[in-house]
Amino acid sequence: MRSTLFTLFLVSGFLVFANGQEGHGDEHQQDTAHMQDSAHTDDNHSACGCHHDEEEFPEYNPTASAFHHIGDANAFHIVGDIYIPLPCILYAPDHGLTTMLSSKFEAHHHGNGEKAIDRYVLVHGEVKRVADPAFPMGEVEIECISHVMEMHEGKEVEEPIVVYGGTCYHLENRSTLDGGVFGGGITSFYDFSITKNVFTMLLVMLVLFLVFRSVAKAYTARRGMAPKGLQGFLEPIVLFIQDEVAKPFIGAEKYHKYLPFLLSIFFFILSLNLIGQIPFFPGSANVTGNLGVTLVLALFTFLVVNLNGKKNYWKHIFWMPGVPAPIKLILTPVEVLGLFIKPFTLMLRLFANITAGHIVVLSFVGLIFIFGKSGASLGGSLGGALASIPLTMFIMAIELLVAFIQAFVFTLLTASYIGAAIEEEHH
Amino acid sequence: MTSNLIFLAEFTVIRPDPGTVFWTTLIFALFWFLMSRFAFKPIARALKERESDIQNSLDSAKKAREEMTHLQAKNEELLALAQEERAKILHEAKMAKDTIIAEAKTKAKEESHRIVVNAKTEIEHMKMAAIIDLKNQVGTLAVDIAEKILERELKNKAEHEQYVSELVKDMKLQ
Repeated sequence: MRSTLFTLFLVSGFLVFANGQEGHGDEHQQDTAHMQDSAHTDDNHSACGCHHDEEEFPEYNPTASAFHHIGDANAFHIVGDIYIPLPCILYAPDHGLTTMLSSKFEAHHHGNGEKAIDRYVLVHGEVKRVADPAFPMGEVEIECISHVMEMHEGKEVEEPIVVYGGTCYHLENRSTLDGGVFGGGITSFYDFSITKNVFTMLLVMLVLFLVFRSVAKAYTARRGMAPKGLQGFLEPIVLFIQDEVAKPFIGAEKYHKYLPFLLSIFFFILSLNLIGQIPFFPGSANVTGNLGVTLVLALFTFLVVNLNGKKNYWKHIFWMPGVPAPIKLILTPVEVLGLFIKPFTLMLRLFANITAGHIVVLSFVGLIFIFGKSGASLGGSLGGALASIPLTMFIMAIELLVAFIQAFVFTLLTASYIGAAIEEEHH
Repeated sequence: MTSNLIFLAEFTVIRPDPGTVFWTTLIFALFWFLMSRFAFKPIARALKERESDIQNSLDSAKKAREEMTHLQAKNEELLALAQEERAKILHEAKMAKDTIIAEAKTKAKEESHRIVVNAKTEIEHMKMAAIIDLKNQVGTLAVDIAEKILERELKNKAEHEQYVSELVKDMKLQ
């Protein structure tokens, strides 16, 4: 046990190093075009260009770096300028469908594409679009991707731009469903690409399916024998979910129907949590730390719970038995709200825990670049690494724990909600 | 660079985008279906089967043990019964032996008594026969002597007397 823990720490230490290596120099400021002068005029079509006088050691921005690393991307960054291309499926209502591999953008420096395709460009591995109809359709060579400083609600904000033919064009993010609350909203295009997150989910699905299929076959092949190998490793986990989660919360008679769902939820979340902690391919995708993903998972729980809700459950929501009528009038809205708050908390809890863990790890790794002044001071980097490595290892160990706990908590709460929904009347 | 620089520092993970929602829905639904159909249901079934197998084995072992205890009790009971039977048989045999011996003794006594009585009667008979025979012989002798005497008497007296004494002398009680 002790030696296992030690190995774990060694491995996580190595991962931190790998993460640090990958992170080194992978910053966003290097190829900025210093557009501050032109930015203060609101005219996007003013003459502007790319200044290739890159700073050797640009200022390190830990926030930007962390946010970039936990975000989704349209290409899998391996190392340096090497990317694994992913399929892009883009839909713009004013143009239609555009499909291609993200390698077509010819991303070289920091995931910035050198080509624009149907007004789409790749910025730090993420597809953005030029909304301006003046920008040509089809495949065109762009001069560079840059940014301008703009005033937004009294705050100086950097906006990404693409420079083409001596003109700056604003870039739009893909549409999001937050309604502008978190800075997103509906824009000129939708991204249905197989992104890093989607790719990771597909990978996890495939691996888990193959693993569990072989385990299921082992049960048939080794009937009447003790479990062995993979089967012996996974059986206690399956039995734990069955005996400690499904049976006590749903009941020994009815749990069979819901066990596959609970196991699917558990292993899907757990595997994505764990693969998200590996800092390099095929890991590094922050899937369960993405609100869109946890939203869908919570929605599945919501549907399973409420589609199976018995008469007794609905009665307790809309007309709570055993309390005076005036209280019922107060309780009903509270219960109806609770109906949605339950899956909402499921969604937020998983998202917040995983994202927070990743941000803390990235912040500690960022210490190396802060102390090293983005590579200008080697001594500072070494000092930063010395401080960063044990801290990161500690947080990664905690994250490992969190990966299991959050998968378990999501499953447990789902089971308890199902249990409450299908409970028969007993007074 | 300014301090409030947030170039691309966008917290994109909090914005659910339609693509992610679409793919996650599709993938999880497929995952749920595949895993249920090909993995979790067969596994749950196998686990349940094994559980009942184990329970059955335990139950049958318990039953066998109970049966054994039952059999043992029955055996002991049988043994006790057999012992009792043996004792009874032995007792009966002894009784029979005693009776037979006693009977035999009585019979033997009776027999011996009868034999003795018979012997006595026989002896008596023989004695009587002997006496009768003797009497007959004496009679015959007496007649013979008388005959001879009568024959002699006709010749000489002295001779008679001598003869009688000779006769008497010769006469021996047989």
